[in-house]
Formats: sequence, C-alpha cells, structure tokens
Amino acid sequence: MAWAVMNWGLFKIIYRHTGEIGLDSGWHEHEFFIFLGTIWIINSLIQTLFMANAAEFSELIRTGNLDFALLKPIDTQFLISFPRINWSQLPNGILGAMLIAHSLSELMNEREIYFSIFSIPAFLFFIGCGAVVMYSVMICLASTSIWFGRNQNLYNFWFYITNFYRYPMEIYQRSGVGMALWGTFTFVVPILVVSNIPARILAQPLGTPWKSWEWGLAAYAIVGSIWSLMASRWVFKLALKSYRSASS
Amino acid sequence: MLESAVIWWTFFKISINERLIYRADFMLGTLMRFLPTLTQIFLWWAIYDVISNHDSVDSAAGPDGNIAGYQYGDMVAYYLLVIISRAFSSMPGLTGGIANQIRNGEVKKFLIQPVDMQGCLLIQRIAHKLVYYLIATLPFALVFFLCRDFFIEGWPPPNVLAVFFASLILSFLLGFYLECCIGLVGFWFLEVTSLTFIYMLMNFLLSGHMFPLELLPAEPFNIRQLVEYLPFKYLAYFPAAVFLGKIEGPELYRGLLAEIGWVLFFIVLSRILWHRGIKRYSGYGG
Repeated sequence: MAWAVMNWGLFKIIYRHTGEIGLDSGWHEHEFFIFLGTIWIINSLIQTLFMANAAEFSELIRTGNLDFALLKPIDTQFLISFPRINWSQLPNGILGAMLIAHSLSELMNEREIYFSIFSIPAFLFFIGCGAVVMYSVMICLASTSIWFGRNQNLYNFWFYITNFYRYPMEIYQRSGVGMALWGTFTFVVPILVVSNIPARILAQPLGTPWKSWEWGLAAYAIVGSIWSLMASRWVFKLALKSYRSASS
Repeated sequence: MLESAVIWWTFFKISINERLIYRADFMLGTLMRFLPTLTQIFLWWAIYDVISNHDSVDSAAGPDGNIAGYQYGDMVAYYLLVIISRAFSSMPGLTGGIANQIRNGEVKKFLIQPVDMQGCLLIQRIAHKLVYYLIATLPFALVFFLCRDFFIEGWPPPNVLAVFFASLILSFLLGFYLECCIGLVGFWFLEVTSLTFIYMLMNFLLSGHMFPLELLPAEPFNIRQLVEYLPFKYLAYFPAAVFLGKIEGPELYRGLLAEIGWVLFFIVLSRILWHRGIKRYSGYGG
C-alpha cells in the first residue's frame, strides 16, 4: 500500500515538470494514472492469489515436502498454485480501481472518451489475461528453485521483472537496447502487452477509435497469455523432472 | 588496549568470512540492482523528449531540455550515483536485528561480555560493506563504463571528489547510527516494525532515493526547504548532488559539516538510548 502511494507521489511530482511521458504518446497525467491503477490491480491480484503460494512452493522444494504434493492424485501445478489466499494484498487493487475511477472521470471532463457497456468487461478480461501472464512468470520463477536449490531471491526477481511492465510501452520504443527490451517483454515474455492493453481500453491515449496496431496488440495479448500459460506449464513439468527430493 | 584491538580484529575477520559464503549470488544481485535503473533511463528519456526543444530531438547527446537544473544526462547520472550512496548508507536488517536481540534476550551477551554492542555491530557492518565493495566493484565499474556518456561534465575537480568520498563515508556512519537509534527504541516498544516502516517511507521520499530533491514542490507547503533541515538527504541525495556539481562553493563544506553534525547527534543519541535502555531492561527469555 505504501509503495503504491509512493509511486503515485513520484508521478505526481514528475507531472509537475512534464505534460506527457513519451512524445505524442498520449500518456498525459490522467491517462497515466489509469495505467498506474491498472498495474496496481494486476499486482494485487497476483499477490493475493499466487505470491504466497509460489514462495511456499520454493519452500516445499527446499525441504523436500513436495513429495507429498506429487503423490496426491491431482494435478500438481494446480495443487501448489491455489491453496492459500493472501487477503491482505487486496486493498491495493481496490485502491487501483479507485484511482482509475477518479482519473477516468477527470479525463471525461477534459475530452471525449468512448465508454460503453463493453468497456468494463473488456477491461476485466484483459486484466485477467494480465494475471494469467504474470502467474505464468511467477510459476517459472518458482520452478527454477528446483535447479538452484534455494530461491530466497524470488521476491527480488519478481520485483525486477515487474519493474519492466510498470510503464507504457512507448518509452522503450527507441534505440537498440530499448527495442530489444520492448521485443523481449512483448514477444518472449508478454508482460508489457498485458499491462498496456487494459489501460489503453479505458485511457485511450491516442483517442478513439483505436489505431489498427492497438487492435492487433489486443489480439496478441490473448494469444500471448495462452502461450505463456503453456510455456509455464512446460517449464514446470521440465523442472519437476529434475526434482530429487531433499532429505528423507 | 591491545586486547580490545584483538577482539575487534577477530570480529572483523569473522564477519568478512561470513559474507564471502555467497559471492556468486552477490555479484548477480549487484547486477540485478541496475535493472530498475534501465527502466528509469527510458522513463526519463521519454519525459525529456516531451519537454525538449523539438528541433534538436534525438541528437547524439539526447534531448536537451532541463528539469530543475537537471539535463537528461544529469538525471541518469544522478540515479546511478544514488545507487552508490545507497550502497554506503543502506543498512538492511540492522534495526530489526537490534530490536530482535532486545526482545528475545540475546542482548544480554553484551551486558556480560566486555564488548560494546554498537562497536561490535559497527565492525560487522564495516566488514560486510568492505566485502560488498570488493565484489561489487566489478559490476559497478562495468555499468558506469557503459553509462559514461551520461556524465556530461566528466569527472569533478579533486576537491569536489574529496568531499564526495567524505560524504559517502559519513553517509555510512549516519545510516548506521540512525538505524541503531531506531532499533534501540526496542527497549521501550519491543516491536519496532511500524517505526522501521515509517523510517523507510521517509527515507524513500525525502532522501532523494526516488528523484533529485530539487524536483520536490515548494507549494502547497515547502517540502523542498523542509528536507534541508532533515538528516535523510545525506543518505542518498547529497553525495550524488556533490558529484554532479549541483552543490558548489561554501555550500559544499557547509553540507559536509551539517552531515558531521548529524552523525555526532545520532552517535550521542544512540549512546543515551543504550544506557537508558539497559537500565529498564529486564532480560526475559534465554
């Protein structure tokens, strides 16, 4: 929660000095806060549903207690993914929703925003896609602890990776390194897409109707989340093959 | 005298070895620490693009606008330098460690052994930090070499450089004694996590960790002026600003003196807290 507020404060200060992030990208203050709210919602979903479980999974591997999970006649990935819900992380998501609502109403006073009964379901759908992709990333990260033994760095890695999806993709679309980053986090690990698409649905930084590439990207977000789910499944299975149980 | 020197030396050696256990992890961790800076670079690039004079956008030196006296290069250099300041001033686990020792009774060992708690912890920290710099120099050098173009002004003059290094060492001491004091409050509160949390928040916003302090607004109330009177800015902002030549002339030494003042203040405060604390300490637990 405090991180969220600090983040908000940071961008409040940044927007005192600039009108937009990225030349002609349309990410003005209100649009950007819609983006920020979207990130908070996805983050809180992940932290509520999966974070504790992934950490628990790493711990199971380290202690060898994963044996018990493997023996149960139920899909292991399913079993380790959902046992606990960490309600304490939910308020961040609510805060995100409030920030979005506020910024959206401010934005509507400023210019025309296309908003229909489909906007909210579409937004939620793509938030869902986002959660799926981030879940996949997390499962992959947690699975690596089978190979590395200890994985106290899970939270750190998580922080460093999510660091890339917290900004509009336009900021990366320049220079060699930027394009490489953009390409990696769009096509290999599609985390940029899933944060950008839901935010674009509500904020419409480039106005309505959407440009054709925005439609393409939205379609790709769906493909990307399916593909990352499959990939995480594959990594998980592969990692399990190397599992050798600890102690007895 | 010699005896206590031997004791301290032993503590020092133990702590060094303790730290060398996970060296690979360490190097990787250090490199990873620069990843957020990478996004910062792009974020600020995008911002400077907007505020710049658009006729010369994408010239070799990057966009040419300036925010609160910071050009694009300065801004990136600032973030890189803050990582250095933080490498000196951040003390992960110090506050919690002290409070824990007080709560579970471990602090008793400092009451019966002829070693001083702050001294012992300080030696440990110095050892840890030294090892850290030893291992981290390589990744740091690599990153700074790759980013050398962001340092528009190049190397600062020798006297500024001297102040820079002095302020780094002082920031280490300041960070140490400040967190020590918070930890020692554990004698009265037992649970200091909320206090640590407030400290972390303050530190994050007011030390210049997230952005150069010049960016802070002067309205509706003057936070910009307020941070000048707080110790936090010496933990991240001050060394970086000195290096970048944002603080000049007599201000340079005045800042350094103020930092020394703060260090002394917190040394004395931690002494007082310690002596008062052990008087009311009742030593529960084993």
